[in-house]
Amino acid sequence: MTVVDLPARAHPDEQTVAASNDQLKRRRRREYGLFALLVAPNLLVIAVFAYWPIVYNAFLSLTDWNMIAARPKFVGLANYGRTLTDPAFHKTLWITVVFTGLIVAGSLVIGLALAFLFNLPLKGRGAVRTIAFAPHILSGAAVATIWAFIFDPGYGLMRALIEPFGAEPPDWMNNSDWALPGLVIVYLWKNVGFAALIYLAGLQGLPKDLDEAAAIDGASTWTRFRAIKLPLLAPITFFLLITTVIGTFQAFDVIAVMTGGGPGDATTTLSWSIYNEGFQAFNAGRAATLSIIMFVILLVVTTVQARVMERRVHYR
Amino acid sequence: MKARPIQYVLLVAVAAVFLGPLYWLLSTAFKDPAQIYQWPPAWWPHFTWENFSLAWKAAPFDRFFLNSTIITVAGTALKVVNAVLTAYAFAYLRFPFKKILFFLVLGAMMVPGHVTLLPNYLTVASLGWINTYAGLIIPGIGSAFATFLMRQHFLTLPTEVTDAAAVDGAGHLRTLWRVVLPMSRPMLITVVVITAVEEWNNFVWPLIVTNTASMRTLPVGLLILKDEEGLAAWGTIMAGTLLVLAPMLLIFLIAQRYIVGGITQGALKG
Repeated sequence: MTVVDLPARAHPDEQTVAASNDQLKRRRRREYGLFALLVAPNLLVIAVFAYWPIVYNAFLSLTDWNMIAARPKFVGLANYGRTLTDPAFHKTLWITVVFTGLIVAGSLVIGLALAFLFNLPLKGRGAVRTIAFAPHILSGAAVATIWAFIFDPGYGLMRALIEPFGAEPPDWMNNSDWALPGLVIVYLWKNVGFAALIYLAGLQGLPKDLDEAAAIDGASTWTRFRAIKLPLLAPITFFLLITTVIGTFQAFDVIAVMTGGGPGDATTTLSWSIYNEGFQAFNAGRAATLSIIMFVILLVVTTVQARVMERRVHYR
Repeated sequence: MKARPIQYVLLVAVAAVFLGPLYWLLSTAFKDPAQIYQWPPAWWPHFTWENFSLAWKAAPFDRFFLNSTIITVAGTALKVVNAVLTAYAFAYLRFPFKKILFFLVLGAMMVPGHVTLLPNYLTVASLGWINTYAGLIIPGIGSAFATFLMRQHFLTLPTEVTDAAAVDGAGHLRTLWRVVLPMSRPMLITVVVITAVEEWNNFVWPLIVTNTASMRTLPVGLLILKDEEGLAAWGTIMAGTLLVLAPMLLIFLIAQRYIVGGITQGALKG
């Protein structure tokens, strides 16, 4: 907006125009200044601690550095070549995919089932919904500690529940067949209430007329679920799918407390191996390489989400 | 649709699954050591505070608690102030390249936190911030999601009110403080509570940026305690765990609707 755009006043003399022009400029300068002042701290922190790390990682991934030597040694793409052909890395990726897949599938299926349960006209459903959601806001380290005790083969709750049926509890966290499923159980316990909550909000937002019309036409509960509710919930399913993938890829605290990536490498996910390479093996170059790989994977996931969401918004 | 008994059975089972581990924690924390290692387990504790005093002897839990509190309060305050100021600027002020700048702020949400660990550790180390509150707090106070939530909310406020304030001669900061924020209380509380929960639960960053007992936070202290005491001291460990959980459970019970409201809003309208 400039002075010219303003509605013309009756015969303004030259001086007033010049004066108001000056005033407007000054006011705009002050507005710009205030904007910069308000936004600068946030943008500075974001630049230094969110954007710069990507650049820094990209640089470090081309080096060999033990974080003690004065400066990193440039090695080109050697870290990538080595990582991408390393069987241990393939196993890590596979574990990450299985871990993520189980948690995503479990969250969606159990979350949806819980949402339907909480949507029934039952007394106390609000309280139970709150109870199921509560673990989501609790410290992962603390939740992991509780479950480490529950899984304790000697004195744990799990043994108390299994023994009456004549079964022997496994040494969950020290058994390479049981450690990963154990972690999945803990993550589901912690986070399935979140999926249930989102699905419940979605269910309550569904238009009722379609479902009622189908019911009058004699469609069964199952048909109405499969043909009406599930498709209408698709955007929510998609949102949960993406956020759960992103969250699970970065899962760390529960793994750190319960298994430390073990036994052996049975629970070494991509996020654990970034920590392990960087802060236990002090291998900055390889940790950075793994970070860039994780970044690229999650960038693809996030971009797909942004694309699909955009399309969905245009649809409406 | 009429509720059937089976549905109530399911509801109770769900409640048991999610309450069970928490009850097990609570009861173990108050059991005397002999009771913890009896089999079959005791479902009801003989109340004792012994585990808490043992936990205190094993690790400086009061210090952990203090550190967690300082980080949560300061980190939340700085992050929310950042979010509110940025959101106000983007909602109400003009600036060249505003769209690009907003895109840059939101783009930070695309950067996974775990990916930034190593470079941020090196940055913080080069600033001399290892084992300091600055190192623990500052890297986390940039805000994209909270800014987004606040801005979206500001845009729903009627412009008549802010225009009226401007006509009355109120400056922008006065308008923000006296007019916009009072109208935004529920969203503000939501952002504060969600941020505080995140700060309190933060684990990996305090783990790598501190290495002295006096700078540890509760979740990290818990890991150290568990590794040191091993299986010998479940009572002690559960007492420490309860200390980590209790404040957030309390906040959750008080501010539940804000947390739930904020999360569903972020999911369905974001």
